Amino acid sequence: MDRTPSDTGTARLADPPERSRPAAAGSQPADRHAHAPVIGSSQPAAIPSDDEPVFGAGTLGGRVGPARFADRVLAGLSSGAGAFLVLLIGLVTVFLVIRALPAITADKSNFLTARTWDVGGDTPDFGVLPLLWVTVLISLVAMVLAVPVAIGIALFISQYAPARVARPVAYVIDLLAAIPSIIYGVWGIAVLAPKIQPVADWLSRHAGWIPLFKDYNVKGGTIFTGGVVLAVMILPIITAIGRDVFERTPRANIEAAWALGATHWEVIRLAVLPYGRPGLVSGAMLGLGRALGETIAITLILSKVSNAGAFSFSIFNGGETFASKIANNAAEFNSPAQTGAYIAAGLVLFVLTFAVNAAARWVVNRRKEFA
Amino acid sequence: MAKRIDARNLNIYYGKFLAVADVDFTIAPRSVTAFIGPSGCGKSTVLRTINRMHEVIAGATVQGELLLDGEDIYGADVDPVNVRRTIGMVFQRPNPFPTMSIYDNVAAGLKLQSSRMKRSDLDVVVEKSLRAANLWDEVKDRLAKPGAGLSGGQQQRLCIARAIAVEPQVLLMDEPCSALDPISTLAIEDLIQSLKQKYTIVIVTHNMQQAARVSERTAFFNLAGVGKPGQLVEIDETQKIFSNPTEKATEDYISGRFG
Ligand SMILES: Nc1ncnc2c1ncn2[C@@H]1O[C@H](COP(=O)(O)OP(=O)(O)OP(=O)(O)O)[C@@H](O)[C@H]1O
Ligand SMILES: [Mg+2]
Repeated sequence: MDRTPSDTGTARLADPPERSRPAAAGSQPADRHAHAPVIGSSQPAAIPSDDEPVFGAGTLGGRVGPARFADRVLAGLSSGAGAFLVLLIGLVTVFLVIRALPAITADKSNFLTARTWDVGGDTPDFGVLPLLWVTVLISLVAMVLAVPVAIGIALFISQYAPARVARPVAYVIDLLAAIPSIIYGVWGIAVLAPKIQPVADWLSRHAGWIPLFKDYNVKGGTIFTGGVVLAVMILPIITAIGRDVFERTPRANIEAAWALGATHWEVIRLAVLPYGRPGLVSGAMLGLGRALGETIAITLILSKVSNAGAFSFSIFNGGETFASKIANNAAEFNSPAQTGAYIAAGLVLFVLTFAVNAAARWVVNRRKEFA
Repeated sequence: MAKRIDARNLNIYYGKFLAVADVDFTIAPRSVTAFIGPSGCGKSTVLRTINRMHEVIAGATVQGELLLDGEDIYGADVDPVNVRRTIGMVFQRPNPFPTMSIYDNVAAGLKLQSSRMKRSDLDVVVEKSLRAANLWDEVKDRLAKPGAGLSGGQQQRLCIARAIAVEPQVLLMDEPCSALDPISTLAIEDLIQSLKQKYTIVIVTHNMQQAARVSERTAFFNLAGVGKPGQLVEIDETQKIFSNPTEKATEDYISGRFG
């Protein structure tokens, strides 16, 4: 048999189109020619050009019909919406900066590093360090608890559970997202806090030498309790996004892993998790964004502590986040200087959220080549 | 190394739907066998029962025996994971792991089997497999680049390298060239010729010239009728199937007189 590229070329043309033919193709006269080639002979097969519509023939350049018009309207609308969003964010930033700047310049201490919060008098003396710290710490606790659990549930729903189990579980998780945050706050401080107090006691008794677990004699309203509640609150969003991306893993990737002799867990490691990684990062960041800004539940849960005691490395201390600080003191917004100090705190939260999102984007894009 | 395959009375189901009925065949070690037949007759289905990939689909089941050197791979105490490690597979569409480099793609199967393999040993196997797949010269300077960044033909050879890196005893190929250009097709056909020194190869193809070029034996599958299950019409020397087949249906199919 001769083996020349042109021979193979003919063979390719003779190849019937994949998958597009009905199961009972055998009975169709169209098949006669598709299978015509016999070994070695290179009779030309029919090139199916007649059924390929030629788009726009004869109308080149002449068609500015309704379709084009709709295109333009849509393009205009969507870029308008985009511009509006950018404008909105810009305006918010400008507002925050304009209101915050006078307060920051009037501040006696360094606004970023001071640990005091005295905004009432003639010489304001305040700083956001403790707020920043508590906000970050409580969100980290929430993330550390929520992300692995969310990934686990998402994997269970999308990879392991049969549909009749997966659907109710997914539904219940989604329901968690529908509970108002005030309910979470009340539940957290009244129900959950006493329940997890023994865990906290045990940890600080046995691992209290680690600053993270040092006992500060705050009962119930700790960063730990707040973090657990936040974890439950952000669980649904991370789970939902995780489930979504895991379910979308291309069948071809999954089969490639199976065919290599992977176990179920190895299929997940080789195909599902890498594919879902960018989506998971986005989901986690959405959750983190919610945790950083969560106000009412945290305001209800966290015990306020004195300025001196507010800055510690322990999750068993109380404190205030940016959001709970502002909410706790909303009644005092009576002079521009005082309000300005709180707005300045809000500005830092805003910048923090922005930075977190930028970092997430960076993480996702870093390995874009491999996506 | 290479093993002999005996199918005994295979009935292959998707849920309650009997897709292929009563398949019996024997495939000799170190040979190339081609599966041909009209679309939907069950070639892929039969191929996927040979390495227990069929049951990966929900509800899919197999009845009958499939013997690998006399041992039933559907036996009660056989782990399908081990079967798939022994019997490699190459798919119709190249499917390298998109998040992995060229190197890691080839090494993926090895890392599954022995996670503690030394890097230098791994290097050796990766190079050997890429050479065997005729890809080494094209990628040796960019092993750390993503596998998905290669051309379709290169990706398919990468998938072949990935499959043979674990030294399977049988290699199954489901229309491995159908998404490729003539040059890449030729490269893969050459590759099949050299691989058959070591492996038992089964290849599904719609391209009868390809079947004639690469295989020693050819199996013709067909549908018994509309709504009926697929069946193995005959399996014989490729030469005989294409020149003087026993069954009329085979002759009709390969000569284009059909139905
Ligand atoms: N995942 C599936 N679920 C249910 N039925 C399936 C599935 N895959 C294939 N089938 C059915 O099994 C039969 C055989 O399909 P199979 O894919 O094995 O055909 P094939 O010979 O490989 O066809 P082709 O040449 O088009 O690839 C067909 O009737 C098909 O509809
Ligand atoms: Mg097929």
